[in-house]
Amino acid sequence: MTLTGIPASPGIAIGTAFLFYDETEAGTGNKTIGSIDPYAEINKLEEAMRTVERELTGFVEKSKNVGDAAQADILNSHIYILRDPEIVSEAKRFITEEKMRAEDAYTAAIRETAEIFAGMDDDPYLQERAKDIEDVGNRVTRKLTGVQTQDLSNLPPNTIVVARELKPSDTATLDRNHVIGFATDTGGATSHTAILAKAAGLVAVVGAGDMSPQIKNGEMLILDGTYGIIIVNPDSATLGSYKEKQTAHLDRTEYLKKLAQLPCVTSSGKRIILAANIGSEQEVEEAAKNGADAIGLFRTEFLYLDRDSAPDEEEQFLIYKFVLERMGNKPVIVRTLDIGGDKEIPYLGLPREENPFLGARALRLCFMYPEIFRTQIRALLRASVFGTLEIMFPMVQSVEEIEEAKKFLGDCKHELAAEGKGFAKEIRVGIMIEIPAAAIISDELARHCDFFSIGTNDLTQYTLAADRGNKAVAKLYNPFHPAVLKLIKTTIDSAHKHGIPCGMCGEFAGNPEAIPLLLEYGLDEFSMSAALIPATKDIIMNGECQKKEPGNSSV
Amino acid sequence: MISQTLKVHNKIGIHSRPAALLVDASKRYASVITITHGERSATTDSLTRILALRVKMNSEITIQAEGNDENEAIETIVNLINSGFGED
Repeated sequence: MTLTGIPASPGIAIGTAFLFYDETEAGTGNKTIGSIDPYAEINKLEEAMRTVERELTGFVEKSKNVGDAAQADILNSHIYILRDPEIVSEAKRFITEEKMRAEDAYTAAIRETAEIFAGMDDDPYLQERAKDIEDVGNRVTRKLTGVQTQDLSNLPPNTIVVARELKPSDTATLDRNHVIGFATDTGGATSHTAILAKAAGLVAVVGAGDMSPQIKNGEMLILDGTYGIIIVNPDSATLGSYKEKQTAHLDRTEYLKKLAQLPCVTSSGKRIILAANIGSEQEVEEAAKNGADAIGLFRTEFLYLDRDSAPDEEEQFLIYKFVLERMGNKPVIVRTLDIGGDKEIPYLGLPREENPFLGARALRLCFMYPEIFRTQIRALLRASVFGTLEIMFPMVQSVEEIEEAKKFLGDCKHELAAEGKGFAKEIRVGIMIEIPAAAIISDELARHCDFFSIGTNDLTQYTLAADRGNKAVAKLYNPFHPAVLKLIKTTIDSAHKHGIPCGMCGEFAGNPEAIPLLLEYGLDEFSMSAALIPATKDIIMNGECQKKEPGNSSV
Repeated sequence: MISQTLKVHNKIGIHSRPAALLVDASKRYASVITITHGERSATTDSLTRILALRVKMNSEITIQAEGNDENEAIETIVNLINSGFGED
């Protein structure tokens, strides 16, 4: 039997089903028939809450001790929900005014608050908090009624936990040595089960509908967390093929993980910087995960688009600071604003241009709107103390432009210094090489900056006079054209002649067919979308030398 | 009674962890501290009510404090929010 669900944590687990039954709510939330002693009920409730608080405190400690900060945070928030005076006073009011038993009163109070959150359809994060609140409620009412839960702390090896739903308190005592996966009927890719499984490296399939009633305790399961498949009692052929897939997945994961921690070095011993291109601050996380040595291109256009006014200095400062801090001592190359007449930016009121790609865009535009440029440069300078900032100017074609941009930068530094605001002493300044003229005079330009980064997309279309977005000439857009390659080579040679590094942040840098060529030219830094980094590293470290087997790296 | 209006800067707004920090910070003062966001208000002793305010990045909120130590209380709360709760 094959069942499907939402893939929540990748990998393949082959093991034995352990059915975890969700306890029904211990309290009914209804009025009690007959009389109760309100004082005794309130005492019972307070006693139960104290016990639960002790338990939760213990779970938080345990989670911290095993290094699971996410679980510790969740359980810690449960302590605050437990102590929440709104819920407690409501429960007590139900006892004294509605004459409810403690467990029913508490259930009713919890339900009221949980419902507020459950109704927040537009905000999955807050909606998910309803589960936390119910979880706390169940924990307290179980204490009051003496209902015991199943124990997940002591399970046989190779156990796959199958449940309708797993709540944080269910998994708090999870036997991490023996559990290899989860399969649940409910939940999405951001549910607690999914987060926990990913953090612990366990395989998980969630949201599998009415899966759990179809599975019996002790049945053999294959769980495919990459594709969201659950196979019950597989035949030997299926089992065999999944065992192979499992081995391949583990090998590849292990291999790429090992690779991510190694410096990227060619077979001839040259250290290559593998960097990530990012287009928003959220992407920095993926860059870090994939082992990026740097951010080779932080596009800042997203800050300016889809809004009514230009972003202020403080907003930009916080975003740059976030990325710089996340990368620590690894360089972050921020490209200053690169937009022009081809983009709708209502608050700038840019005139329509006949030929936007040859018009007032990027640095040219920044010189025309010094206030916008100044805000960005000031925000960058202020953020520079939080990491290793490098500033890159786009669309440069002459020495004068570099000088003007550097003067602008210098003026902003003076301003900040006069205001008593700090910035990093050393901030390297580089330029994009994307206009053919810049590549041709790169020997001259290299004297005036600290690094080059080749933007192959624009360089190609400007050199070949072929718009890559235009289907009619798409065939002519070819970065392997000898003219483009010659400009790339010239640029790299000029950089090295003047002792500065040369990178590339266009799509060409992540093209497996281009990599050997670029290595031969002596390119120092390859910058690409983060997801391409592990495979590119594999090519650079092993691909050019076919004799080497993956995992058999000499480093 | 004093009050102050400010903008929330941290990325995810006031979710569980910042809300817990607000509860802890408020506990040190005798004053009653209230946060208002749009039409919703919450006293800072209740985690769930703070969360239900649905405060996001760039939300404008008003802090109100009333009691003997209202000046110190509001200063602490405002500083905590301006610090981005130690997040981004």
